[in-house]
Amino acid sequence: MKNPFTARIWSPYLVGIGIGILSWFTFATADKHLAITLQYEHIAALAEKSAVPGIEQTNRYFAVRAQQGLSPKVGWYLMLLIGVFFGSLLSSRLSGDRSRSTVPPLWRWRFGDSKVKRCSFAFLGGALMVFGARLAGGCTSGHGISGDLQLALSSWIFITTAFAVACLAAFLIYGKEGRNHV
Amino acid sequence: MFESQLFESPIQLLLGLFSGIVFGFLLQKGGVAKYQTILGQLLLKDWTVAKIMLTAIVVGSMGVYALVALDAARLDIWPFQVAGVLVGALFFGIGLAVIGYCPGTGMAGSGEGSRDATVGVLGMVTGAGIFVAAYNWLEPITMSLGNYGKVTVPEVLGVSEWLVIGSLALGVSTALWLVARYEPRATSDGLQDRHSWRSPERVHRPMVRGS
Repeated sequence: MKNPFTARIWSPYLVGIGIGILSWFTFATADKHLAITLQYEHIAALAEKSAVPGIEQTNRYFAVRAQQGLSPKVGWYLMLLIGVFFGSLLSSRLSGDRSRSTVPPLWRWRFGDSKVKRCSFAFLGGALMVFGARLAGGCTSGHGISGDLQLALSSWIFITTAFAVACLAAFLIYGKEGRNHV
Repeated sequence: MFESQLFESPIQLLLGLFSGIVFGFLLQKGGVAKYQTILGQLLLKDWTVAKIMLTAIVVGSMGVYALVALDAARLDIWPFQVAGVLVGALFFGIGLAVIGYCPGTGMAGSGEGSRDATVGVLGMVTGAGIFVAAYNWLEPITMSLGNYGKVTVPEVLGVSEWLVIGSLALGVSTALWLVARYEPRATSDGLQDRHSWRSPERVHRPMVRGS
């Protein structure tokens, strides 16, 4: 049998089982769960803290997060985020499934091959998405996986609403014809 | 209790790094570090994202609730703040359809080398920064429609968590079985092979060889 680490793709069920077991591990070893956007928030908060002296006194964010035990810091969640980058780098290096693309095929078909246009919208889309995730208290990881597996009401309502909106938006943006390009 | 430490212990940092590497590795092997896969799901054609997430939720819930029963873990969930969750989900969904990467798979896509994902991650940090900067104005909005606290589905239904987990496992298995049955199989870019453990060359053996 071929070495699974050099395979380009694994069964989605196997990957799902792996992420499920990884969740057990994070709960058992670190009392933490898989979550991503909290860390983007912490990076931004630390930057704003160093750029604006005294912001902790004027912006309630810092007091609220401290009360929740989620003060911005260099900790488990930052290392998780860094790890995701290197884990993906490692996996894609081992299999040769590297991407150097800026404009994916569906986007090119719909909006042309301008890299500036694609990157501008990737930036804006990413900003809107994570702004929304922070309003809601989590993303596909924090709510979608970790909150859902804990059977949290907020997470199940978030993920069903978010995916329904995302599907509707995708059909409005790319149209039914777009299905032939993914 | 206010915490002031900027750094967590080295063992926490190592555990986080290890968990992240495994997470990123799995996301990349699952093929979800790609815009095409995310949009394939949103356009209801390629069901990889649903398969991974739902399997992870079912497997994860069993283990985590078992750990909680053994007193080896504790739940940590987000309160149900109606306006924050619903408005947040609306922005999240629109943004996701445009960027084509989730916050985690964007980082994984960046690790895979996709440049739009790297730019997207910078946008994500910016979006989070706007949230932090505008926190004083946003907080009353997120609370405006009421906060039902940290409630779980079994608590709301008033049933055992194991009944919910069992029903979820049954529902997810049925849904994924139906999806696998009716999902379009082959497309121009070789979607057919994407769900195979084996590498594509084993399936697409060149016809010329040996002829």
